[in-house]
Amino acid sequence: MAKIYSEKKTYGARENTGIVKKDIANESYSQTVLRRFRHHRLAVASLVVLGILGGAALLAPVIAPYEPDAIVGPFGGAPSREFWLGTDQIGRDVFSRLLYAMRISLLVGVMATLISTVIGVVLGLVAGYFGGVADMAIMRFTDMVMSFPYILLVLVAAAIFKPGLWNIILILGFVDWPGIARLVRGNVLNLRETNFIKGNLVAGMPTGHILFSEILPNTVAPILVYATSVLALSMLDEAALSFLGQGVQLPTPSLGNMLNGAQSLTVLTKQPWLWIPAGLLIVVLVMAINFIGDALRDALDPNSRR
Amino acid sequence: MGKYIIKRILIAVPVLVGITIIDYAIMCMAGSPLEMLQGPRVSEAAVEAKKIALGLDKPVYVQYFVWLGQLLKGNMGYSIKSYQPVAEMISSHLGPTLLLMGVSLLVSLLAAVPAGIYSAIHQYSKGDYAVVTFSFLGSSIPGFFLSLLLIYVFTVKLGWLPSSGMVTLGTKGGPGDVAKHMVMPVTVLAASMAGSNIRYIRSAVLEILQQDYLRTARAKGIGHFKVIGKHALRNALVPIVTVIGMEIPMLFGGAVIIEQVFSWPGLGLMTMSAITSRDYPVIMGVCLLSAVVVLLANLVTDILYALVDPTIQLD
Repeated sequence: MAKIYSEKKTYGARENTGIVKKDIANESYSQTVLRRFRHHRLAVASLVVLGILGGAALLAPVIAPYEPDAIVGPFGGAPSREFWLGTDQIGRDVFSRLLYAMRISLLVGVMATLISTVIGVVLGLVAGYFGGVADMAIMRFTDMVMSFPYILLVLVAAAIFKPGLWNIILILGFVDWPGIARLVRGNVLNLRETNFIKGNLVAGMPTGHILFSEILPNTVAPILVYATSVLALSMLDEAALSFLGQGVQLPTPSLGNMLNGAQSLTVLTKQPWLWIPAGLLIVVLVMAINFIGDALRDALDPNSRR
Repeated sequence: MGKYIIKRILIAVPVLVGITIIDYAIMCMAGSPLEMLQGPRVSEAAVEAKKIALGLDKPVYVQYFVWLGQLLKGNMGYSIKSYQPVAEMISSHLGPTLLLMGVSLLVSLLAAVPAGIYSAIHQYSKGDYAVVTFSFLGSSIPGFFLSLLLIYVFTVKLGWLPSSGMVTLGTKGGPGDVAKHMVMPVTVLAASMAGSNIRYIRSAVLEILQQDYLRTARAKGIGHFKVIGKHALRNALVPIVTVIGMEIPMLFGGAVIIEQVFSWPGLGLMTMSAITSRDYPVIMGVCLLSAVVVLLANLVTDILYALVDPTIQLD
């Protein structure tokens, strides 16, 4: 709670005291955040790693030595100079597929996070600000979604709505929001009692303005931190679903469905290049995102004295 | 207290009913389970007869109320695939899952509680960094990937541990055999839980260490161990209770994938096969059971809270 309070103070100061101070107030906050973020060396390293991997994923069509779906080599060939990470059971280049898979997995993670953040923020704002029946209905609905065992819900939904890239994104987006909704609602409840919001009410500001221009900016930091964990979780879920064959469908490669082959004993025991790189890549990506989220949590916390 | 519990149960009931409605709605959108029956050897008349026998010819809401009415009489319906009663199927698969979940929860707490407290007391030391990095690794590694790695190392390369089932086929099993089969699934489940638990407990203990009453305790000069053991640990019980409450729904979900990988004959394996064959009564039963478990876990957590921390007000 105190977290929001001191942030609000900066915000209030900038409201009242004109343009010059506003810049200084803004500047110093982001500088503190940057300085604190740099303190977390693992997070800085993670940012670099994520940048490189993300860049490689974006530039996949340029970097990849072969077409991801083209059959270019021997069946299940071991890594060689020609095929850096070998070829799969039907002779496609694993390295090229890995680049495209990373692209798909990141796309699923980012899109699912965006969808769930938007849903969570809107529902949380409405529930917290208006209260009463709306709050009651939204929070009970949130309870319902949260009481489903997560993976079970996703699996049932995936089995029903025909697995595929966009369905997976939508399903993950529609189950990940309750945490954000609760977080936003809690913050709104606290903010509503503050003087600057009361001031807005007295001044007769439109509700839309109060919600999106006054309340929302003051609760962005915790949302951002929470969103990084949603990103990490939804990438893990995509991997698990695709691994079970209920997620992104072949021939589109995703990091999860590249591991799917390892359910066969030959691949597991004799062709480790087919599954270990994809698995390691998931671990590295998710860990980097988690470290960045952790550093953001420290950096954006106005209570921290570091 | 009693009033509070009753109030919480009254709130939980509509949530539970809502969950069953959502379940039913999703399944209706999914299409009929009869699609799975169709084939060259099944005549259309037979499918039609089956439809009437299963009550699928009635409108959806009628089907729902029939299901709900039967449920209130204690009948969870029958599997479309095997014709077994759902309640019987669930109870016969529940044992292995509870065993796996219980042991994993215990192992993860045994690892996470000391590690989290150590890490908080020695904040910013090398040991702290090691513990935190490990906890991040634990929560970032997909369960199925860790399972595959373990199978690769301990079953394929070393041949130490069996990789599937609960007992060795053709033998009677026995506790030793079951324990051997449990090592890898328990490791995987416990690792992912311990990952998030360690960080949660660490930050909770860090917060406690900054409290005034701990400074007072230190100022009294009663010694490091007494300060931590008597004043800090007792207050750290609250976050530990929360952690256990949060783990139970996660365990239910995580078990589905792990049971699949290790062919553990539990609820998860049964659910996966029900999902692939669209055996709706079974899926409904499992969803209902898990929702009840989650709601109960939330309730018990809140009550335990009050018992552990007398300053929490219930209203």
